[in-house]
Amino acid sequence: MTLLAVERIKLFSTRSPWWCALVALATTVGFTALIVGNANEQFPATVATTQFGYFFGLAVVMVLAALAVTTEYRFGTIRTTFQAIPNRTAALVAKTVVVALLALVIGEIVAFASWGLSVLLQPDFDLALNSTADWINVAGVGPIYALAAVMAVAVGILVRHSAGAISLLLIYTLAVEDLVSLIPNIGDDIYKWMPFNVANKFLTGDGASNAGRAADAGAPLSTSPLSPGWALAYFAGTAVVLLAVAIATAKRRDA
Amino acid sequence: MIEARGLTKRYGKTTAVDDLSFDVAAGRVTGFLGPNGAGKSTTMRMILGLDNPTAGRVTINGKRYHELHHPLRTVGALLDAKWVHPNRSARAHLNWMAKSNQIAERRVDEVLDIVGLTSVAGKRAGGFSLGMSQRLGIAAALLGDPEVLLFDEPVNGLDPEGILWIRKFMHRLADEGRTVFVSSHLLSEMALTATELVVIGRGKLISQSSTADFVARASENTVKVRSPQNDRLRDALEQASAELTAAEDGLIVSGMDSAKIGEIAAENGLVLHELSPQQGSLEQAFMQITGDSVEYHTGIEAEVAQVLEPTAR
Amino acid sequence: MIEAHGLTKRYGDTLAVDGLSFDVTPGRVTGFLGPNGAGKSTTMRMILGLDRPTSGDVRIKGEHYRRLHHPLRTVGALLDAAWRHPGRSARNHLRWIARSNEIPQPRVDEMLALVGLTSVANKKAGGFSLGMLQRLGIASALLGDPEVLLFDEPVNGLDPEGIHWIRRLMHTLAEEGRTVFVSSHLLSEMAQTAQDLVVIGRGRLIYQGTTDEFIDRATKQTVRVRSPQLDAVREALRGYGATFEEEDGAILVSGMDSNEVGELVFAAGATLHELSPQRGSLEQAFMQLTGEAVEYHAGQGA
Repeated sequence: MTLLAVERIKLFSTRSPWWCALVALATTVGFTALIVGNANEQFPATVATTQFGYFFGLAVVMVLAALAVTTEYRFGTIRTTFQAIPNRTAALVAKTVVVALLALVIGEIVAFASWGLSVLLQPDFDLALNSTADWINVAGVGPIYALAAVMAVAVGILVRHSAGAISLLLIYTLAVEDLVSLIPNIGDDIYKWMPFNVANKFLTGDGASNAGRAADAGAPLSTSPLSPGWALAYFAGTAVVLLAVAIATAKRRDA
Repeated sequence: MIEARGLTKRYGKTTAVDDLSFDVAAGRVTGFLGPNGAGKSTTMRMILGLDNPTAGRVTINGKRYHELHHPLRTVGALLDAKWVHPNRSARAHLNWMAKSNQIAERRVDEVLDIVGLTSVAGKRAGGFSLGMSQRLGIAAALLGDPEVLLFDEPVNGLDPEGILWIRKFMHRLADEGRTVFVSSHLLSEMALTATELVVIGRGKLISQSSTADFVARASENTVKVRSPQNDRLRDALEQASAELTAAEDGLIVSGMDSAKIGEIAAENGLVLHELSPQQGSLEQAFMQITGDSVEYHTGIEAEVAQVLEPTAR
Repeated sequence: MIEAHGLTKRYGDTLAVDGLSFDVTPGRVTGFLGPNGAGKSTTMRMILGLDRPTSGDVRIKGEHYRRLHHPLRTVGALLDAAWRHPGRSARNHLRWIARSNEIPQPRVDEMLALVGLTSVANKKAGGFSLGMLQRLGIASALLGDPEVLLFDEPVNGLDPEGIHWIRRLMHTLAEEGRTVFVSSHLLSEMAQTAQDLVVIGRGRLIYQGTTDEFIDRATKQTVRVRSPQLDAVREALRGYGATFEEEDGAILVSGMDSNEVGELVFAAGATLHELSPQRGSLEQAFMQLTGEAVEYHAGQGA
């Protein structure tokens, strides 16, 4: 608990988490408003469409998470950290947990704010959270943000430079997974197992939260063959493995 | 008490620290000297468990750094005053450090007061001058009331008052029985601060001794004499086979102590206007001893080598 | 030759430099001392025409900096070694400076050799250590072979050999008849470097003159006497009405110079084992005379 308190002090004694949370909220909610506000009989608003902008918040949260560690390297405070807490595993895990918790909170706020705004904008559509699938689609954003933050922290530990870590993360999430599916023959098979595609499976499942709307009119559903539960486990597993690799590297390395 | 035994650090082909053994005793201020690139920073970082030695070990009160429970309560260090997040306030920086080693929060205000930063404790550290950052670094080092203190160039950025303050402060910490290990390039300052010296060159130990011994070993002791009967004094001293050099207003005598010269003057009934033993400077001694050493690599060459071969940190 | 007359700089309500007048003469190394916030940097910047004085003026060889033709050939300055583009090589950094003042290009390589940076001349300055940047800064100050040199904390980042080197360099430059003006906080270092001092506090002149006189003025001078016949010495001193105290078997006499003490001891028929005039340090003198003009007074408790 002590180490969590330490990382909490560190995180909230700079202004960047507040700015990131605000940007995540603004972009995601703004985008949702744009999509949902333009919904009509032909393109109806569904619970799934209220979360259309989730990806923007995800990117911002990953940047925040990566910065939480790369700025420590940039400003040399990582050395003070390891000096205060020579057990590097404990120090880095504590940091990851705190950042992940913050990401979780941001995720829930962003998701429910988007949903709430949609309900206000389109009272005529049925946006009530009636099923488990509906609930997962909205409340599941938090856990996905948290796990994505873990991955971003891991990448931050490995890369150490802000610019490098952030470009790597953004290029990967925005382009690499989609580009993989363009590889002839095997591309689609690999894509099925790409982490963010799998995460999408957890959120949208087989399209139940998109009910009442033609599947081909909304966002494409995830091609992952996993069930939503296993999809979450797979995504979490990827994050944990990445973090383990990062921490093992940090332990070996000179600070 | 810091003990290094066979401490070695290699980066690729470059050996930064090479089989280094030394002790830093409690109750004194020990200076850590060497040219740029001699391996001082690497050694400091290995003491703090930030870098892993390739071979050998360094212990603090018998334990390696990572074996210490709540290490900030045993070892306080100021390595680089710029190692502070620029957007974090001075107090927040100390708060998280205190929390990590379960140091009472009251202590944060105490150390801020000791270094004179209370009035700017809530301000962003990024806006601090080098001198203020340095004071914050000193506050961080003192936070855990540690028995062992490591300072790397502590007077960096401080003004004359700050320099005097930190020197007196280090003396007081040593008087309280703590181990104080200070690395610096400012020999004239170190001569006033350190009573013991560890001198390294190219990663190897060149000397470990008291500052007085170090200076005495290298510099020839001379005595300056002035007399209104200068010529007679010269003759008398020459007869006693002293080596003389003429100075602007008197004589510089080598190979004879001031008491002996005084006796000779008295025997010959000569008035003396001055009879001062001249002490060599730490700088002279340092240049002489490290200059003789094969291990000594002139600082600029070592620095230049690091730019040419970036692996040689 | 640098002459400041009534130099004043106001930032809003703050008076950084307040009616400052001083001269820096050629052929000597002049130290520029003052606590943090005393206005040293501002003064240096006004000398170089970077900041404009609110009132008063400062001239170099009778001219304002901005009116100098090819100023780098008259004034060389090292203010902050970090003022360079990290992506530019050391040689290119000096080349553009040389070009701007029509300084012949071979001078660039000469200066790189002088400061010991020849082998890294084509490397990016971004990878340089502080000590190397400092040397690059010194090379650029010397580039125009200027008669007037300004250095701000020149030993910053240099190691003992580098410190020794720059001190000798400054003495050589002064012996060549140049004006050398050096600002520093390291008083133990300045005591060995500067023959003259300009001391300021809170933007005002506190002292201008020789270093020796500065120390003599502020610190008590004593003469240390050791003798096998201490009783006789004591008696003689008492008889003369001298003030003295004792310390580790020696007598410290104040208010008399060593000549007088020597004569007195001789008259008393005592043998001397030591008779050394004890001087205060530049630091003691500085603390004495600038006492109240400091930025942050550190607390005393631990």
